[in-house]
Amino acid sequence: MEPFAKFKNVQKSYDGVSLVVKDFNLDVAPGEFVTLLGPSGSGKTTCLMMMAGFETPTHGQILLKNEPITRLPPHKRGIGMVFQNYALFPHMSVAENLSFPLEVRGFDKAEIAKKVDKALGMVQLQGFEGRRPAQLSGGQQQRVALARALVFEPELVLMDEPLGALDKNLREEMQLEIKRIHEELNVAMIYVTHDQGEALTMSDRIAVFNDGVVQQLATPDELYERPENAFVASFVGENNRFGGEVAQMKDGQCQVRLSDGSVVEATPVAVNDAGQSSTLSIRPERVVINPDNGALPNIFDAEVKDVIYLGDHLRTRVSVCGNDEFVVKTPNSIDKQSLKRGQKIRVGWSHTDCRALDA
Amino acid sequence: MTENSMSKAGQGLTTANGVPLKVSLMRTNRRNQIRAFLLVAPLLVFLVVAFIMPILDMLQRSVDNPEVGTQLSRTVAALEDWDGESIPDEPVFDALTQDLLAGAEARNLGQVASRLNYESSGMRSLIMKTSRRAGRIESGPYKAAILDIDEDWGELETWRLIERESDPYTLSYYLAALDMKYDSNGEIVSQPEYLKIYQQLFVRTFWMSIAITGLCLLLGYPIAFLLANTPLRYSNLLMILVLLPFWTSLLVRTTTWIAILQQQGVLNDIFVGLGIIADDSRLSMIYNKTGTLVAMTHILLPFMILPLYSVMKTIPPYYMRAARSLGAQPFLAFRRVYFPLTIPGIGAGSILVFILAIGYYITPALVGGQDGIFITNFIAFHMQTSLNWGLAAAIASILLFVVIAFYLVYNRLIGVDNVKLG
Repeated sequence: MEPFAKFKNVQKSYDGVSLVVKDFNLDVAPGEFVTLLGPSGSGKTTCLMMMAGFETPTHGQILLKNEPITRLPPHKRGIGMVFQNYALFPHMSVAENLSFPLEVRGFDKAEIAKKVDKALGMVQLQGFEGRRPAQLSGGQQQRVALARALVFEPELVLMDEPLGALDKNLREEMQLEIKRIHEELNVAMIYVTHDQGEALTMSDRIAVFNDGVVQQLATPDELYERPENAFVASFVGENNRFGGEVAQMKDGQCQVRLSDGSVVEATPVAVNDAGQSSTLSIRPERVVINPDNGALPNIFDAEVKDVIYLGDHLRTRVSVCGNDEFVVKTPNSIDKQSLKRGQKIRVGWSHTDCRALDA
Repeated sequence: MTENSMSKAGQGLTTANGVPLKVSLMRTNRRNQIRAFLLVAPLLVFLVVAFIMPILDMLQRSVDNPEVGTQLSRTVAALEDWDGESIPDEPVFDALTQDLLAGAEARNLGQVASRLNYESSGMRSLIMKTSRRAGRIESGPYKAAILDIDEDWGELETWRLIERESDPYTLSYYLAALDMKYDSNGEIVSQPEYLKIYQQLFVRTFWMSIAITGLCLLLGYPIAFLLANTPLRYSNLLMILVLLPFWTSLLVRTTTWIAILQQQGVLNDIFVGLGIIADDSRLSMIYNKTGTLVAMTHILLPFMILPLYSVMKTIPPYYMRAARSLGAQPFLAFRRVYFPLTIPGIGAGSILVFILAIGYYITPALVGGQDGIFITNFIAFHMQTSLNWGLAAAIASILLFVVIAFYLVYNRLIGVDNVKLG
């Protein structure tokens, strides 16, 4: 599909010495929900600000509907934006906040009233027109900010960690709300967050940022199931890691020798030759406790370090192959095995769940 | 549990040593209140002694009128039955003679003479002359003898004046401060044009103060904006430049303007040197309104910048960004979003500068000349030179009422709660 918004070889430096964003490329399809995910300082917000027009790229181009907009001032871009602190104008009522983008676009009064009403209906805030932002709760302010960014019907909406200030329950509610609105309106959204759970819940595609570089750009399941490097594996979801050296490659599989001498069967992702050092990544929920002999290619003796009860699942920390921080997640099912600290067990995992990534 | 039983349980609560909880709580609260009061007590005492009492004293002086009532007490008593339409009879002249003789003895006739002279010039010399010669009158009838000393005692106006000013309180200082007076019939009338000074001075003081406030706002707003929006290391330097005038004596700053603005001063020399004006038509920029405007704007500018700065500092940059992302051009975003948010600062700065300007004294006195002096300079004149403290108090009181009126209007429009000074 023809890209709707496009970053092309974008670089950004603030001081002329170091690059905050190094060669960023991204195509956003119409109606797509793309999340820029990364730790703070990774350059994701800078990319968003360049799209909004508040920062100019040092190098490269930004295109909107195939038009370069790199030199276009923010108010001419017609992009909706939701800010981290909502940025609702405190001296205006909810209705005035929502009318603002329509007034500056010269809509007439009747039309403004209609659109404002529709936008408030979309975020379920009818009846709040006369309130000031300070009289609203955090979640309500968030909804108003969302409605304000959508009221002038932009084709692209940018969101800069919009849910960061909300508590956990409200955040989850708003995630679904934003997702629903996105599907209803079919606008393209670029969403910045450092919360990987949020990114996985909401996005069509996720770009994982680190150090100014996109580490992986993929759909949520792809990202979680098949991380391409050690950073993505550790940043998206929990994972157990082993450092080792590739001993042998064969039939699309590899054997990795760990520091304590044990050999693990794994799927090569970022390694292609024996002798390379590698990081193995195994998701905690893919580890089986006390598997049947021979059922899995990797079965090792382990010792239980502690068990944490988390209601719907149990986190068991074990010591295996010289790693004391190895975590096993098991669902809290009827036939769960009760484990105790110091108990000797065996743990196993499939070679397909064990990915040999870069060191 | 029902509400009734709960309240019963609440009444029964006691502390560990058996004191009812309510009593114990009140004791603790009272102790805290007393401590808080003691902390503010020194300031409170200072305010009462150095601020409230002087103001009350000033207000009292502006209407206080004891001279005639006490020093001409016999005359005033004798005038009680007077019809006001003809020259009083012998008993009044008798009383007047005794008052004058007693006053001459006590050497305090000067006060009443001055007091009456404020109302009608010539009264001072009339009283002093009559009291000097009254000693020579050996016996009555006094009416003929006094009329013989000065025929002004045969004027109805003289007697009406004495009768009118015998009240312990008078409005005549306020009337004088507003270029008005009582005529001989006791009606309030305007002073003749050639005697009017205060009305014009009040008007000038207000207009100039408003102009100075406007200039300060015009010059201060961009500076405050810059201060609030530049990185810290530059804004600190800027802030020092803003505060620098505070570290220099007011007198030095004012006289510097004399050096710059006078006809043989720096600015005129530059203009002449550049050929902008001819040597014989040097601009007069000092000892007139221009001088007062320039010097006072310079002196009061920090009082505008600081409240503005403190308000702008609290306006985060993302409001402007939000406005622009919503489609507003920079100027529109400023007008609709940034400017309304700075109104509390504008209000605070303006009222501060205006109130300071309206009561400013040194600078207009030094650079104002004839044309640029303020009403305050006349307050000082009456305090120090003419010694008419009653009139000085009346002018100052009017100034105080005007400021209070401005404050109330301001409170109505913007609300004092919205003022932010820092």
